[in-house]
Amino acid sequence: MSFVPGQPVTAVVQRIEIQKLRQGDKLILGFSIGGGIDQDPGQNPFSEDKTDKGIYVTRISPGGPADVANLRMGDKIMQVNGWDMTMVTHDQARKKLTKQKEDVVRLLITRKSLEETVSQSKGKNPKPCTYANEKQNLNDVMYTNNVR
Amino acid sequence: MDTESTYSGYSHYSGRSRGSHRHGERSRDRHKSRSKDSRSEKSVTINTPPAEPLLGDSTARSEQAQDDNWGETTTAITGTSEHSLSQEDIVRITKDLEDSVGLDCRRYFTRAVAVILGLLVFLTPLAFLTLPHILWPEKLQSCGTACEGLFISVAFKLLILLLAVWALYFRPARAGLPRVFVFRVLLAVLVFLLVVSYWLFYSVRILDSQDTNYQGVVQYAVSLVDALLFIHYLAVVLLELRQLQPCYSVCVTRSTDGATRHYNLGQLSIQRAALAVVENYYSDFPIHNPALLSASKSRAAKHLAGLKVYNVDGPGNNTSAGLVQSQSRAMIAAAARRRDTSHNELYYEEAEHERRVRKRKARLVVAVEEAFTHIKRMQDEEQKKAPGDVMDPREAAQAIFPSMARALQKYLRTTKQQHCHSMESIQQHLAFCITNNMTPKAFLESFLTPGPSLQYSRDHWRARQWTLVSEASVTSGLKDGTTFLLKCVDFSLVATSKKIPYIQMSEEYIDPKSHKFVLRLQSETSV
Repeated sequence: MSFVPGQPVTAVVQRIEIQKLRQGDKLILGFSIGGGIDQDPGQNPFSEDKTDKGIYVTRISPGGPADVANLRMGDKIMQVNGWDMTMVTHDQARKKLTKQKEDVVRLLITRKSLEETVSQSKGKNPKPCTYANEKQNLNDVMYTNNVR
Repeated sequence: MDTESTYSGYSHYSGRSRGSHRHGERSRDRHKSRSKDSRSEKSVTINTPPAEPLLGDSTARSEQAQDDNWGETTTAITGTSEHSLSQEDIVRITKDLEDSVGLDCRRYFTRAVAVILGLLVFLTPLAFLTLPHILWPEKLQSCGTACEGLFISVAFKLLILLLAVWALYFRPARAGLPRVFVFRVLLAVLVFLLVVSYWLFYSVRILDSQDTNYQGVVQYAVSLVDALLFIHYLAVVLLELRQLQPCYSVCVTRSTDGATRHYNLGQLSIQRAALAVVENYYSDFPIHNPALLSASKSRAAKHLAGLKVYNVDGPGNNTSAGLVQSQSRAMIAAAARRRDTSHNELYYEEAEHERRVRKRKARLVVAVEEAFTHIKRMQDEEQKKAPGDVMDPREAAQAIFPSMARALQKYLRTTKQQHCHSMESIQQHLAFCITNNMTPKAFLESFLTPGPSLQYSRDHWRARQWTLVSEASVTSGLKDGTTFLLKCVDFSLVATSKKIPYIQMSEEYIDPKSHKFVLRLQSETSV
């Protein structure tokens, strides 16, 4: 999901809600993240664009809350509970995900297969869809964010 | 400017007559008296040190009959060619003149003139000082202390001038160049004019009027010596310093095998640049080996060998030129169309040759290493114990040479180098290596890679006749794009000069504290 600096980022996103699991005295989500603006984007195996410094899901513990909520490995996290994740450092992302006072996180994630699904379904539906119709049809959200 | 001429081969005659610089004084104005002759020819000869005068004489005599009409013997000329007359009859006349004068005379003439000028220069101040004492001693004022101090100054300045002239001019001549050094002639003329003008002034104002102020005369002599020292400074700058700063890059290619080198030269005339190129040739270029070139010639001969042209139309149809042209075009077309497998042969032949050379080299290396183990240097304390079998290096070399001779000979035959090394030279080289504690590898290095011409026996690089072929006048300076040719008997060196570009350099300041680094991270955190 490449972007042009200064232009709004457009992506097809999916909303995922994960209930945190209590383990000992910590609330965990059951996945690992990688990436961030202070990290080396070239080493990210999941990104298409090797200059993409977003937060990616690198590992899912099987049977954990993230797995249950249908989070996949390689997903890029765009928002966490309303907080933007496209231009944050690794540590900031971790902090937003591990706030101990919240026990649910609502993520907006994007992946390549979502784009393909959208384009395929557009092809199957010859009649012109409005933006709102499309949204309801696919339960997706067109995500727009201004990236500095 | 002069007309162009690129005749080259016939300057054997002219080359010998060039009169190389003798050891001794450099002739500063050796061609002053010949300034009336002018020439249009530019193909000239560079004589490297005249080691074989006998050889030169015979070739000169044999060539004399031939090059009657070529007339490019370039004897002395002035440097400026605006005055040159480019007519052949003048050339012929002056050639006859030179014949009558004799070939050796030129060299002695220039030496004589240089000696005369030198004596004139050194004796003039002394004459200035002594003539008043001789001619009108009674009227002369006595020399006070200041005046005597000036005597010391004259003496030391003359001594310095003598040493400086010795350092600059009393050097063995490197080469005989076809034309005069323009700067040398200019300096000689300048010195002569200076001395003559001082003499004129002296004779009119001092001798005629019999000036009694001796201190003035001494000061006059001191001023002359000062002026001479300044002219010497000018000579150093013009002759030695000016060409030190590199200005042109000359690319020299050997015509037979394409070996190329690049040299940086300063602002030189073409003949001096050619001299520098020849001197560098001997130490940089690998030796010219004609045996390596025969293969390509035989290949080239085979290309058109199989074709024969028949003229099917009647004999009177085409003009001869058109016929020849159409024939050659037909041959070229046919040769191009023919299925040529010579590249195949070349490839396999080269692979085979490479393999053979490597095999022979391996045998040679082993043989030499084994041979070197048979002798060892005797220590001093052993000297008393075994006086019997002690050998000097030459005998030691002769002792171990037979064991490696066969392998070495076979290797040299395979790489076609056998004519470069004689038995004697190989044994000498072996003795040299043994004396200097060299390893077998060091001994073999001169055989495994072809070295520069200096490395081989003297007949390979001694006194060669080089001919300079140039379209521009050889005393004109090097320019961007000047090309000249240096012809030798076996091959020629093509030299092209290019100007070294003007370099614009700017600076960029980097604060030493600005070097900061961070680690590239890729961390993974579980949430």
